[in-house]
Amino acid sequence: MIYDISYTALAFFFVFVSLVIGLSFYFGRKKSNSSSYYAAGGQIHWAVNGIAFAGDYLSAASFLGICGMIAVSGFDGFLYAIGFIAGWIVALFLIAEPFKRLGKFTFTDALNAKYNSRAITLSASVGTLIISIFYLIPQMVGAGDLVMPLLGLPHWAGVILVGTIVIIIVASAGMASTTYVQFLKGGLLIILSTVLTIYILKNGLNSTPEFEGKPYHSFIHLKPQVNGDKIVSVPDWEVIGQQSVGKKTFVKLSSAGVERWFDWTVKDGNHLLSETLTITQKADGEKLYNGEVKENRKFYQVGHLSKIIVNGQELDKTGPLGPFEFLSTIKESDIVRFLQVKVVDGTDQVAIYYPEVTSGEKFMLPGLKYKIGSDASLWSKMDFVSLMLALFLGTAALPHILIRYYTVKTPRDARKSTILAIAAIGGFYILTLFIGLGAGVNGVMDVESSNMAAPLLARAFGAVLFSVISAVAFATVLGTVAGLIVASSGAIAHDFIDVYLKKNLDDENKVKVGKIAAVLVGIFAIVLGMAFKGINVSFLVGWAFAIAASSNLPAILFLLFWKRTSATGISASIIVGIVVSLAIILTSPTMWDKYGLGAENAIHQLENPALISFPLAVLTVYFVSILYPKKAE
Amino acid sequence: MHVNSTIEEKESVTKQKSSLGVRLFFIYSIFYVGFVILGVFHYELLSNTIFGGLNLAVVYGISLILFAFLLGVIYDYYCTRYEDQAEMEDQLNIGKTL
Repeated sequence: MIYDISYTALAFFFVFVSLVIGLSFYFGRKKSNSSSYYAAGGQIHWAVNGIAFAGDYLSAASFLGICGMIAVSGFDGFLYAIGFIAGWIVALFLIAEPFKRLGKFTFTDALNAKYNSRAITLSASVGTLIISIFYLIPQMVGAGDLVMPLLGLPHWAGVILVGTIVIIIVASAGMASTTYVQFLKGGLLIILSTVLTIYILKNGLNSTPEFEGKPYHSFIHLKPQVNGDKIVSVPDWEVIGQQSVGKKTFVKLSSAGVERWFDWTVKDGNHLLSETLTITQKADGEKLYNGEVKENRKFYQVGHLSKIIVNGQELDKTGPLGPFEFLSTIKESDIVRFLQVKVVDGTDQVAIYYPEVTSGEKFMLPGLKYKIGSDASLWSKMDFVSLMLALFLGTAALPHILIRYYTVKTPRDARKSTILAIAAIGGFYILTLFIGLGAGVNGVMDVESSNMAAPLLARAFGAVLFSVISAVAFATVLGTVAGLIVASSGAIAHDFIDVYLKKNLDDENKVKVGKIAAVLVGIFAIVLGMAFKGINVSFLVGWAFAIAASSNLPAILFLLFWKRTSATGISASIIVGIVVSLAIILTSPTMWDKYGLGAENAIHQLENPALISFPLAVLTVYFVSILYPKKAE
Repeated sequence: MHVNSTIEEKESVTKQKSSLGVRLFFIYSIFYVGFVILGVFHYELLSNTIFGGLNLAVVYGISLILFAFLLGVIYDYYCTRYEDQAEMEDQLNIGKTL
């Protein structure tokens, strides 16, 4: 999309980032030992901790990813919200208090509390590091996306900016600062999402959504002369050529020296050419938007309702709607989504975004992304089950979530924090349904990246709302990345160097090593954030959840609920969980596509590994514990 | 290296809380798995309008979110009661010894 710098947003952004850094330096001055660096000294109030939990959890994947996926794929985006919240049930009912009672401060320590095994230390710290990195990638990708409209900077610049700020925060202060930053951010995110939802409902639905006097682009429809499977002529346009991709045919026309692509459809025997959006990458490096240079501003934000039905009557627009009315009206109406295909036209690479009318009924059901209906393949049904399993079991096993159990004084406080977090996160997720749908039908979508759905919708309602939401979304990324880097540096400095390598560092050195590790992980995250540009943020997070569910959760559950669990069983299960889930991810259709080998040629069609890797890890911890029982350790 | 000292808690209270947690977890799991099974095996049912013009998919999804919170509150209520009861018993015992 073509973005301009927003100076209001810029001002808010700097105020916010300065506040965040200022806060961390303020708390950083107070910290003195390793426990305050890693776990804020166990002195955080439960209510602050609860909202900070929500702040941690409502990462780029939630705010940017879920809203974006709902806007593009309807209910399938909401599946993530359902799975994310269900994961808290596992965390609260099975893990929270027993872990708190173990009284350790990294995931590895807690897992190893009863065994003191070096194998557990090593496998768990490697697991923590891999999960954190997989969770870091989408945050960094989201940061890059966010900075483009906010500051008018390219994607890579956003990634470097976030990485650098977080390294400064973490290296200067540690967990105390990140808890308060997360508290502030979590609270603001919920308030602002509520405001945005009120705006959406008040605004109602309009088949030609207009904001701030800017009319929605009126898409051109042409009636061609057809001979067999060829377009012969089109009034006022010159026919240049046509290309078929699967069942679709796209026609290239020219008018006044500008070449445009149209989507050829046949309805009731009538041929119709509908305007598409295109980005053409010329061989000489020039990029054309809808056949013209960027400065001509011929590339539009899209997504609208082609038909609005209220109580059986077709309307052009509705007035303000109640929440149920809003959802049911979308269900009865037709949504125009823009889907992407890529074609090679001579030496040009052309990305075509064509309009696809989807009934509201389909849009409000699962199936647009994860096909699960009667015509779906076994692979795609397995994928759906696998995703739901990963989301359910992954939350409790994420290292940066677990670490917050230790930042309050008592198990009672940890419990209250978690319930407050469920309320805050659950409320937020219900709002994402409105924000996502609102973005999908209000003509604000950027066809290149769905991640910007929520901030762009806010921009339609006014620069101030956009600025504040973008700044908070940026802080969301900052806070989550900071939490993940603290967890990773803990895994390296504390688990690996101090405990596994038995360096017995004193308190001061432990903090120093932790900070060096934080800087290194931060740099690594920057590099990965640039490498994974363009991959869906929520989708990437699904992988992190699957790895966490497979490597950590079987180990935790067996440790807490089966007395015969042995140290060898735990470490073997962690290793199997990591290796199998990574192997499935690295051979998945998405990665095959990334390698340039074509998704359809992948050796299997499973995108999410949990359905296979989680049961395997469970079997491993069970059988290895029987084969190598505790006494032998 | 511990951040906070572990709080002394009666074994019986820990067991009560733990078994309550496991039971509530299974109750929630039944509903969650129900949603997944419905999606995979009876997909068409999800499109049925339930109330307020909303289909089963939306109603079920939002209900799962609200249900998580409700179970959380129930869990906290009973855990706090177990803890308070144990504390009261302790105080009574101390009273008797005095």
